[in-house]
Amino acid sequence: MDIKLSHFNGGIHLDDHKAESLTQPLQIASLPDQLILPLKQHIGEPNKPLVDVGDRVLRGQLIAGSSSPISSPIHAPTSGVVSAIEPHLVPHTSGQSADCIVIDVDGKDESIEFESIDVSQMQAADMIDHIRHLGIVGLGGASFPTSPKLSRGNDLGIHTLIINGVECEPYITCDDSLMQNQADDIIRGIGYLQRMLKPTKTLIGVEDNKPKAIEAMNLALQSHAHSESHSQALINTEVVSIPTLYPSGGEKQLIQILTGNEIPTGRLAFDIGIFCQNVGTCAAITQALELNQPLMSRIVTVSGDGVRKPGNWIVRLGTPIKHLIGLAGGYVQGDLNKPSLNMHGLNMHGFNMHDNVQQHLVMGGPMMGFSLSSDEVPIVKGSNNILVMQQQLIAQTPGIHDECVRCGKCAEVCPAQLLPQQLYWHSRSKEYEKVEEYNLFDCIECGCCSAVCPSQIPLVQYYRASKSEIRATQQATFKSDRARIRFEFREKRLLLKKQQEEEKRRLKREALLKKSAAKKEASDAVDAVQAALDRVKEKNGEKVIEPKNITGLTADQQKQIDVADARRRAAREQKA
Amino acid sequence: MTSVIVSSPYVNPSNSLRRLMINVIIGLIPGTLAYVWFFGPGILVNISISILFALGFEAFILRLRKKRIKPHLTDYSAVVTAWLFALCLPTHSPWWLIVVGIGFAMIAGKHLYGGLGLNPFNPAMVGYVVVLISFPREMTTWHLPISISGEAYGLVDSLKFAFAIGDSSWDAFTAATPLDHVKTALRQDVPISEIYQAPLFGKLGGIGWEWISAGWLIGGLWLLITKTIRWHIPAALLGSLGSIALAFYLVDTETATSPLFHWLSGGVMLGAFFIATDPVTAATTNHGRIYYGILIGLLVYLIRSWGGYPDGVAFAVLLANMCVPLIDYYTQPKVYGAK
Repeated sequence: MDIKLSHFNGGIHLDDHKAESLTQPLQIASLPDQLILPLKQHIGEPNKPLVDVGDRVLRGQLIAGSSSPISSPIHAPTSGVVSAIEPHLVPHTSGQSADCIVIDVDGKDESIEFESIDVSQMQAADMIDHIRHLGIVGLGGASFPTSPKLSRGNDLGIHTLIINGVECEPYITCDDSLMQNQADDIIRGIGYLQRMLKPTKTLIGVEDNKPKAIEAMNLALQSHAHSESHSQALINTEVVSIPTLYPSGGEKQLIQILTGNEIPTGRLAFDIGIFCQNVGTCAAITQALELNQPLMSRIVTVSGDGVRKPGNWIVRLGTPIKHLIGLAGGYVQGDLNKPSLNMHGLNMHGFNMHDNVQQHLVMGGPMMGFSLSSDEVPIVKGSNNILVMQQQLIAQTPGIHDECVRCGKCAEVCPAQLLPQQLYWHSRSKEYEKVEEYNLFDCIECGCCSAVCPSQIPLVQYYRASKSEIRATQQATFKSDRARIRFEFREKRLLLKKQQEEEKRRLKREALLKKSAAKKEASDAVDAVQAALDRVKEKNGEKVIEPKNITGLTADQQKQIDVADARRRAAREQKA
Repeated sequence: MTSVIVSSPYVNPSNSLRRLMINVIIGLIPGTLAYVWFFGPGILVNISISILFALGFEAFILRLRKKRIKPHLTDYSAVVTAWLFALCLPTHSPWWLIVVGIGFAMIAGKHLYGGLGLNPFNPAMVGYVVVLISFPREMTTWHLPISISGEAYGLVDSLKFAFAIGDSSWDAFTAATPLDHVKTALRQDVPISEIYQAPLFGKLGGIGWEWISAGWLIGGLWLLITKTIRWHIPAALLGSLGSIALAFYLVDTETATSPLFHWLSGGVMLGAFFIATDPVTAATTNHGRIYYGILIGLLVYLIRSWGGYPDGVAFAVLLANMCVPLIDYYTQPKVYGAK
C-alpha cells in the first residue's frame, strides 16, 4: 500500500519529554490498600452499584452496571471487601466528588472463574456484546464505550480502520510502552476489529518519534501474517510513520493526515466510513475476546520534573494516584500539602500565594490535561498519564496577560482552521452568538493557540468558559422551552375541559329546552280550549275585555310613558 | 508545596510580546546605522527625544487610565512606535516637532482608541502625517548626505540644532530628497536620464538612501527569520509596487523610474518590513495580508506618481488600515470540516 500523507492546518512542535518515562521498562504496579472506583468512568449514563458495603468481591466480578446502551460496566480489579459506596474526589475537570465504590484490598488477588470462550466461532454481534459486558471503553482518553461505537460502525459500513498510536502530547508514553511490549496483543485486537467492521484497509498511525514502537508493531504485523495459527489474517494493514507534530493524535487530524479527508462539521468519523480506535483499546479487546477478562487495569505514565523516577506502570483501575507517585519514587520536593488546598488559602486566581513553590498535578498531557486538586483521586479507565510539574509556570489566567496585538499566530497554528483571535474578542465581550458564528464548537481545545500567544492570553480557557456558558444557556432555554410547552399543554387541557363542560351544559340545556317545549305544546293545547271558549263567548255577544293597566290612558299619561321609554332606550344605547 | 489549579495547556509560553518588540528594535539597527553613516548622528538625537517623550506620554496616559504602568512600558511597544516615527522625520528636526508628533501618536493614535491592540491606525504614521500636514516647512528641510555636503555634523551640533541653541540656520546644506527631486523634475518634463545626473543620485536610488533601504531590508530579513513577521505583507507590498513600476518603466524609461528606484527610495523598505507589518493595524488572515500589502504598494505608486506628496508610504498605510476590517471579514479561512 502506498500511503500519501496529507497535512492538517497549523500544529506546533513541542519538546516531547518522552525519554524521561521510557528510561525504565514497563512495570506492574503493586496493589494499593484501597481501590476507589468511580461509578462513571465513561461518557454516557452512570452505573448503579451491584454490590453492597461489606460484600467480598473477587477480581473480575461485576460490581456496577447500567442498562443504558451508552454505558460501560465496572468490574472489581482485585479481591477485597467493599468498605464504602460514597462520594469521593474523582479525576474530573470540575474537581468535584462523585459516587465511588471503595474496595479494601485483601492482597490475595483472587479471581472469579473466567469462562473460556472460543472467539473464532463468534459473530460480529456476539463480539460486540462481549466487549460491552467486559467494560471496554476507548483508552485514548475520551473513554467512550467501545461497543456502541462498534455497532454503529458495523451498521454504517466502514472502509478504513485507523488505529491511533500517535500519542502526540508531550510526556505521555503509555501507548508507546504498550506498542513496544504488547504489539502482538494490539495486532490481534486489530484482527478482531477487522472481523467486526470489515474495512478494506487498516492504517496504524504512529509518530516518527517512536521508532521502537514502529519497529515492534511492524514485527508483530509480519509475524502475524506468517503465522499459521491464526485463522484470520490481517487484510491490507500497514503501520504508517507520521511526522511528529502536535496535535496529530487528534482523531480529526489523524484522519486528515492518513486519508486527506475532513469530517464534515457536526458529523462523526464513521459518517464518512472511517473508524478510529486507540492502540490501548485494541489490546483490551484482545484480552476481552481471548481470555474473557474485563477491563481491570491499564498502562499509566507517571512523568514530569516533580517525580523522582518517571516511568510506565500497568495499574489496576481505582489505584489512588498517591500510590502511583510513590512507585515513581515520590515527589521531588516534599508532599502535596493538603490543608492549604482549602479555598481560604487561595487568592482569586486559585493560586496559593503563601508558598513560592507551586506543585502541579495534572491528569493527561500538558496540552489538554486538567489539574488535579489532590493526589487522592484514583486512576480511571481514561487515565493515560499523571504529570507532576514542580517548575514555576507562568500563570495563564484571564485578566493577567498582555493585550492581543492581532499577530494572528493563533490562527496559523489552529488545526481546526478557526480564527482564535475573533473567538477571543467575542468571548471576552460575551457575544456568544458571534462566538458560535465563528464556529467555537469546532474548537478541539488542543491548546496550540494558547501555547504560541505572545501576549500569553489563556485563549483555551476563554473558549471553555464560552462553551460552558453557551451550553448553560442552551440548557436554560431547553428547560424554559419545556416549561413553556408544559404550560401551554396545561392551558390547552384546561380549555378543552372547559369546552367539554360547556358542551355538556349545552346538551343539558337543549334537553331541558326540548322538555319545556314539550310542556308548552301541552299548555298550547290548553290554550286551544280557552280560545274555543272565548269564541263561544264572543258569539254570545259578550265583549272580551282585556284588563290591562295601559288601556284607557290619558294623553298626558301616554306622553309621560313615551318620554320614559325614550330615556331608557337612550340609556341602553349608551350602555351598548 | 501546593497543587495549582489552572486550565491547560501547561507549557511555558514560547513567545512574548516583549520578545517580538525587541526583535523589531534589533531589526531597526542596521538601517539606523546606515542612516548615521550617511547623514550623521542627528537621527540618533531624533530617536532619543522621540523615545523619551513616547515613554513619558505612555506613562501619563496609563496613569490617567488607571492601568499598570511598568508592564506596559516594558513591553517596548512605545519604543518601537517612537523609533519608527523618528525615522520618518528629517535628519535634524526641532525637538518640539518631535514632541508634537509622538504626542499625537501616543495619545490620539494609540490610547484614545484603547491602547495597544485596539488602535485601528498605525500610531507612528498618525503622528507623522499630523506633523507633515501641520509643519510643511520643517518637514521638508532635509539635509544632504555627508558625502555631498562634505559637512559632518557631530552629536553636539545635532543637539544644538534640535533645541535651537545658537546659530542654527542650516539652509545652505538642505535640499530636496531624491524622490522629491524626481517628482519636481518630471513635472518639468526633464527626462529621467538627465535627472539622474544630479549629485543626489547613486547607483540604484538616492545616495545614502539606497544603502539605508538595504539596511531596512537586512533588518526585515531578520524579522522574517525570527518569525516576528510573516512574508505575506512585505512580499505583496514590494511585489505590487514593483509590478506597477515595472509596467510604467517598460512603457517609457525616460518618464518613469525603475522598480528598483521605487523599492530603494523613501520609506518603502522601512514601510514594507516594519510599518505595514504592525500586527495591530494590519490584516490578520494570511490571505488578507496579501491583499493589504498589494493595496499599500499600489497606493504608494499612485501617491508618488500623481499625488501631492513625494512619498506616500504613510498615507498608503493609513488608507489600507481603514480597509482592514473589510479585508479581514472577506478573507476568513475555511473552517475544518466546513463545506
